[in-house]
Amino acid sequence: MDLKLDHHSEDSLTIVDVEGEIDVYTAPRLRELLIDLVNKGNFHLLVNMEKVDFLDSTGLGVLVGGLKRVRAHDGSLELVCTQERILKIFRITGLTKVFGIYASVDEAKEAHGRDK
Amino acid sequence: MATVELTFSALPAHVRTARLVATAIARRTGVAEAILDEVRLAVGEACSRAVEAHRLHCPGEPVRIELRDDAGRFEVTVTDSAPSEEPKPYIVDMDDMSVPDEMAELGVAVIAGLADDVEVQPGPKGMRIRMSWPAAGNGIAAI
Repeated sequence: MDLKLDHHSEDSLTIVDVEGEIDVYTAPRLRELLIDLVNKGNFHLLVNMEKVDFLDSTGLGVLVGGLKRVRAHDGSLELVCTQERILKIFRITGLTKVFGIYASVDEAKEAHGRDK
Repeated sequence: MATVELTFSALPAHVRTARLVATAIARRTGVAEAILDEVRLAVGEACSRAVEAHRLHCPGEPVRIELRDDAGRFEVTVTDSAPSEEPKPYIVDMDDMSVPDEMAELGVAVIAGLADDVEVQPGPKGMRIRMSWPAAGNGIAAI
């Protein structure tokens, strides 16, 4: 399955919906989107990974790159993910300590609202 | 012992094909459904690393995968032709975000976390990553 990307803004938060496989072939498209969003002043990103079928270290690298970019603007990049097979790769690499990971978009929005 | 060998041009688009082939053969070999995702991810990581290394050093050379059913183990060996050194340890520091920019190191860390038997052999003529998982003695019936 290919990668589908969509995004919309809710208040100060930009929600990026990702569907499909994030790997060495498709990850550059996600990287371009994240860079574009940051360049346009979107510094608080929430990446919804609930429809992601596959994520590898190239995808992780893109997310880490995005996090570094938004942090340079005092922003945030957090994730929505409940799939065990995707969460496992975050645990193996220790990135659960780096990313805020939420069970739903609503939960993430609530936490983002509290942090503002 | 049954072996399937696959070579592919060092293009990112082919990594998905390699993952699918490896997963299909792992299933046929009798690898438990619960760990097929691990096989798919680990093989994808090894092939992605090889493709990136070839694109830097030898884009015209193919990447090779051997998939072997060997005495109750499903063994995968990914071999590339790009010069390589021992992977550096991968460390995450959440305070200064010192996650390595070289995601190849992250890929090897992921493989080590997924396969219960991994051997990484770097060298001037290329890297060889061998990994294996338990499989049923004589696999499952072909469909």
